[in-house]
Amino acid sequence: MITVLLAIFIPFIAACLVPFIHKILTGRRIGWFVITIPLFLFILLIRLVPSLSNGASYLYTFPWIPSADVYFSTHLDGLSMIFALLITGIGSLVVLYSIYYLSEREAIGRFYTYLLLFMGAMLGVVLSDNLIVLYVFWELTSISSFLLIAFWYHRKQSRYGAKKSMLITVTGGIFMLVGFLMLYTITGTFNLQELISMREVIAADSLFIPAMLLVLIGAFTKSAQFPFHIWLPDAMEAPTPVSAYLHSATMVKAGIYLVARFTPVFAGDTTWFYVVSCVGLLTMLWGSVNAVKQTDLKALLAFSTVSQLGMIMSLLGIGSLAFASSESTQIALFTAATFAALFHLINHSTFKGSLFMVVGILDHELGTRNIKRLGGLATIMPITFTIALIGSFSMAGLPPFNGFLSKELFFEAMLSLKEANLLSMDSLVLLFPIIAWVGSIFTFIYCMIIVFQTFFGKVHAPAPGQRPAHEAPIQMLISPMVLGSLVVLIFIFPNLLGTYILGPAMNAVYPQYEGMPGLVPEIHVWHGWEMPIFMTIGVIIIGILLYGLLRYWKWIYSVGFLQWTLDRLYNALLQRIERVASVVTKTYMTGSVRDYVAYIMLFFIALVGIGLLGFQQFIFDFSDDAVIEINESIIIFVMMCSSVAILFAKSRITAIILNGVLGYSIAILFVVFRAPDLALTQIIVETVTTVLFLLCFYYLPEWKNEYKSVSMRIRNGLIAVASGVAVTVIALLVQGHSMYPSISIYYETASRLAGGLNVVNTILGDFRAFDTMLEVLVLFIAGLGVYSLVKLRRKKGVDHPEEK
Amino acid sequence: MTKIVFFIILTFGVELFISGHNNPGGGFIGGLVLSSAFVLLYLVYDIETVHRGTPFDFKRVAALGVLLAVGTGMLSILFGESFLSQTTWLVDLPVFGETELGTMTIFEAGVALTVLGVVVTIILGISEDVE
Repeated sequence: MITVLLAIFIPFIAACLVPFIHKILTGRRIGWFVITIPLFLFILLIRLVPSLSNGASYLYTFPWIPSADVYFSTHLDGLSMIFALLITGIGSLVVLYSIYYLSEREAIGRFYTYLLLFMGAMLGVVLSDNLIVLYVFWELTSISSFLLIAFWYHRKQSRYGAKKSMLITVTGGIFMLVGFLMLYTITGTFNLQELISMREVIAADSLFIPAMLLVLIGAFTKSAQFPFHIWLPDAMEAPTPVSAYLHSATMVKAGIYLVARFTPVFAGDTTWFYVVSCVGLLTMLWGSVNAVKQTDLKALLAFSTVSQLGMIMSLLGIGSLAFASSESTQIALFTAATFAALFHLINHSTFKGSLFMVVGILDHELGTRNIKRLGGLATIMPITFTIALIGSFSMAGLPPFNGFLSKELFFEAMLSLKEANLLSMDSLVLLFPIIAWVGSIFTFIYCMIIVFQTFFGKVHAPAPGQRPAHEAPIQMLISPMVLGSLVVLIFIFPNLLGTYILGPAMNAVYPQYEGMPGLVPEIHVWHGWEMPIFMTIGVIIIGILLYGLLRYWKWIYSVGFLQWTLDRLYNALLQRIERVASVVTKTYMTGSVRDYVAYIMLFFIALVGIGLLGFQQFIFDFSDDAVIEINESIIIFVMMCSSVAILFAKSRITAIILNGVLGYSIAILFVVFRAPDLALTQIIVETVTTVLFLLCFYYLPEWKNEYKSVSMRIRNGLIAVASGVAVTVIALLVQGHSMYPSISIYYETASRLAGGLNVVNTILGDFRAFDTMLEVLVLFIAGLGVYSLVKLRRKKGVDHPEEK
Repeated sequence: MTKIVFFIILTFGVELFISGHNNPGGGFIGGLVLSSAFVLLYLVYDIETVHRGTPFDFKRVAALGVLLAVGTGMLSILFGESFLSQTTWLVDLPVFGETELGTMTIFEAGVALTVLGVVVTIILGISEDVE
């Protein structure tokens, strides 16, 4: 299915085109080009929704590195579809919002390039079926997130936040990669669909638990789960459209996606259930408690995102219990938790996206997002207020908004645990509904803070130099309005979403229960006087009480362990690592090229020496060798003379010339042995090197014998002799041994296979083209490195942007 | 005199590059010869003069080379082959007769341009620094 492939690559291609199109569509008009991409993809994908709900799925594979089992396979099923629709749908709204959010003076082209890069990478994550491909895209999302957080890179906080998010998510990603490799050693495949079908084999393996935990670390770092959540609040330094898009609606949900995706592989084991649901619940509680104390609206939303992600995660944990049960009533009970997770995932994207956009509007129009300096805006900005009200009340779990429905399902799932006696549940599990309930109370409190402290109370006079508060332009309001109306629409028609979007996704998470009645439950707005509704009422009453009394109990935030943050641990750890690394590095990086040459040579000698020791068998066979001609011996003699003479050279220029003599003699030797390619290369390299030497002449220190001490001379002499001996021994040994069949036979067919008569070139350009390509890349990077080192050194003294 | 030598070297570099398919030569050597031609120019004339004659940034030349080398690899994916597969065609050109055209030539051109760009960038960077 080429559509899926297009969906991944179109954003990347568009990202490459942005700088060029920006020349034609100057200023903010470039946004109108960018917005067509997610919009087009959204329409492309949503057309497939009906066929997906009929049970179809789209798999498309083409070989990427077949020799390593890496196939570029894309797989579109219900689960991917949810995420793909969120990425493209919210993506379109975010781009529309950005067009008016970013001012003309910003580097708009760069912004959209990064944004499209992210879009492609994120689509790649949710659409790829091969684990290695998934990993590549996974890290690409981290990198594009890094670039977007550091968009205002002149600010120190932006750089700090960008680095932090990158370090944490990429480290988690590497753990995840190790987990993937473990899965590969168990099953011999990187394909997700095949992995799912081999779940019994995986569960029986001793690597099952390590692989599971490693994959979970990847998911937890990405989805900002406790204790890795610390990067998300700092990521709020990014422009607000980015926060709305990456750090609430899409990228942070990649971890959720991974957990849902791997549920059929790992679930059924109690470890999976305990880790996922406990971490999720703890994150939910921690995030909501911390959100209440924030004064920056964006930081508040960041902690609330952490909390909401924890809530979805814990639901997925409970949903995994369905794999361990056999009774159909229990299965339906637990699959309902996953259903709630996926439902809340969509709801969260809608209301949190709109709230972020509202905060962006406040920041844009008033120049602050500190709740202490905001107030009484309800009458001044009525539309913004309405959107904020809808978003916050939905997040708090109040009707008539979609958050109410998923919150009810959440409570129901938590309560269902006490009916699960299949896993010898201990009393710990009975705490789950209580923790969930307390977390919800705090959620309610911070939602009230957003609405009442910002939009009610007395109006603050604008700070000097600022315009008085006024409503945002309509163009900026469209996107949050669309999201806000979705919040209400989903409440009215929840089952439409359930049948068409969530149903296929449930089939993807529970492949063995596909088509089971009750897998896709109907969502009811009212389901009688049951426990969940009592819990919601409790949340509202206690929440209102606590919100009213906030100033009397807020002091608890300033005492005890709540003061202690993981950020300090992170900072201390980072500082320690930097210090130790610098101490270690300084011991061997002396700055003297002579020392480095010595390291290289010693390493070489050690490597060859160990190799030869393991070899044990030494056969020197000269019987096949040709007779050494007189002209050959003359050339060798010249080479020996010149190399010995370098040692006694009095000036640098003599040494350079002698070195040249050595090089050209080698070239002549190549000619004598009929290797014109090598001879040509040798001559040209030698020429260019000599020119380079002459250019550097100016910098090099006085040519003098710097080694005063005898021990130093002996040391260097030994290294030199040993490396010479090592090379000679290898050269002679090669003659006597033929451990492998000669590869030259293979190249006899070169002209037929590659259509070239020059075998050296067909090797370089065809048979080993991958090597050549990477060499070219390395050469390019090295060239840029040399260039920038030289240029930077010259600019020393001019203040560096990093220092600002 | 230098100009004549320059063009001889330049022609030689191109010749090496083109003949690389069936005779000694190829992208790497071709690129090196080309860059030595430019280095000769820089040695003889001052940098300003050469800049006026060759108004392009060698860093970009190198980048273009990398793009070509990686791009040909990508191209094969579009045709359903695996990364970096090369093909050749026999084409009847009006002047040259039956000629072989291959994607490898594009790949090699990428190599040559990268080598040219990088070598000249490094040498220029260092020599500009002297002043």
